[in-house]
Amino acid sequence: MTPGRAQLGAVGRLQRIPLPVLAAASVVLVTGALALVFFVAPNDQFLGFSQRIFYFHVSIAFTAYLSFGFGAWKGLLHLWKRDPDADLESYVAIHQGVIFGVLVLVTGSIWAKYSWGHWWLWSENQLVLFLVLFLFYAAYFMLRFSVDDGPQRANLSAVYALFGVVLIPVSFLAIRLAQNFIHPVVFTRHGANFGGWMLVTYFVTQVAVLALAYTLYRVELAGKRLDARLRRLRESYA
Amino acid sequence: MSYFADVRALARKDLLLELRARDTLPAMLLFVVAVFVVFHFSLPARSSDVAAGGLLWVAIIFTALLGLGRAFVPEREQRVLDALVLAPCDRSAIWLAKALATLAFLAVAELVAVPVFALFFHGLSAAAILAIVLADLGICAVGTFLGAMAVATRARDLLLPLLFLPLAIPIVIGGVGASVVASPGRYLGFLGLYDLMFALVCWASFEYVVTE
Repeated sequence: MTPGRAQLGAVGRLQRIPLPVLAAASVVLVTGALALVFFVAPNDQFLGFSQRIFYFHVSIAFTAYLSFGFGAWKGLLHLWKRDPDADLESYVAIHQGVIFGVLVLVTGSIWAKYSWGHWWLWSENQLVLFLVLFLFYAAYFMLRFSVDDGPQRANLSAVYALFGVVLIPVSFLAIRLAQNFIHPVVFTRHGANFGGWMLVTYFVTQVAVLALAYTLYRVELAGKRLDARLRRLRESYA
Repeated sequence: MSYFADVRALARKDLLLELRARDTLPAMLLFVVAVFVVFHFSLPARSSDVAAGGLLWVAIIFTALLGLGRAFVPEREQRVLDALVLAPCDRSAIWLAKALATLAFLAVAELVAVPVFALFFHGLSAAAILAIVLADLGICAVGTFLGAMAVATRARDLLLPLLFLPLAIPIVIGGVGASVVASPGRYLGFLGLYDLMFALVCWASFEYVVTE
């Protein structure tokens, strides 16, 4: 958008990929991931068929963390470099993070039901953490939409987004301290205790969900920028 | 150190204001005692002391919230915040002074609340008292910061609890943990870590909350 602004190399290259190409790649990747999850990956030894939701649950959770982190990074760029696009990018990233966070709660809830017979388990750390994060980032929207558009709104949003990346590890630690860890540990300290097709399936699903998230981010960003341009045009002709 | 002189002057202003107007502290005191009475009737006869100990933390969080909600009201009503931002002092001094003043109010409220709690329910261990002190630091650091954010919005009083409670969950976990387990060291350490991390973030970013 704005030429000559400082960009991370990889992100800069990603931004030049046209949206239709991204969308097509996401469709192919998600289809491939679904095929792998349902037809190729073997059943889990202990949890059986229901374990397959793990591939999406974990991929989505990772994507949500990444979105929150990216939103905070853009918030930092706003405060630090006064990057004019950073505020909108931060907001859209956090919006994506909340949507994926809700999906984590939904998939985690389904997994808990089929593994332990309850829709909600306070002993499942990931679910509790995402509930806390959901409450925190839902308040982000309340904050953002009760301030008028302008530099103050951008500042408050950015600072709050930065609070988020401090809250994530602190809450993680707090929830670990609060209860026993009974979530089935798939990645142990000795590496993944699954191999072959399971690992491939997880990897492809992760890439697919990331591609989907990035595509949605770009679509949302394009829409929001169009809205802003339309508003400016309207104001200048009014 | 002119920074600490600024902080002292600003905190002194808040304490003087409270001493003369008595807006906040009596409300906090009355509130916390009323909450204890409500707790008495919401705990059935056979519920354990542990449950009451947990509820103490609910009382502390909500009493603090009452004080935090009032913290920036004088600044807003008299438009003092604009003048403070114009003043040639570091903006984080405004946050630090307000946090210290709020901490003083909360500490006085707890000096009454803890003995009343002991009278109504049960006495507290030394670890629980230490946890309350550590939690107060975090509550006031984060709460004051969010209070300044909330007064900048249209929703104002409505917004503060929504912003504050998700951030207070780790404090409650650390506090309740330190009050109920046999070896509270990890929980106290966690509270200290929380205070340190959030105080740093608040101190570094307060400028952006009050300026454009």
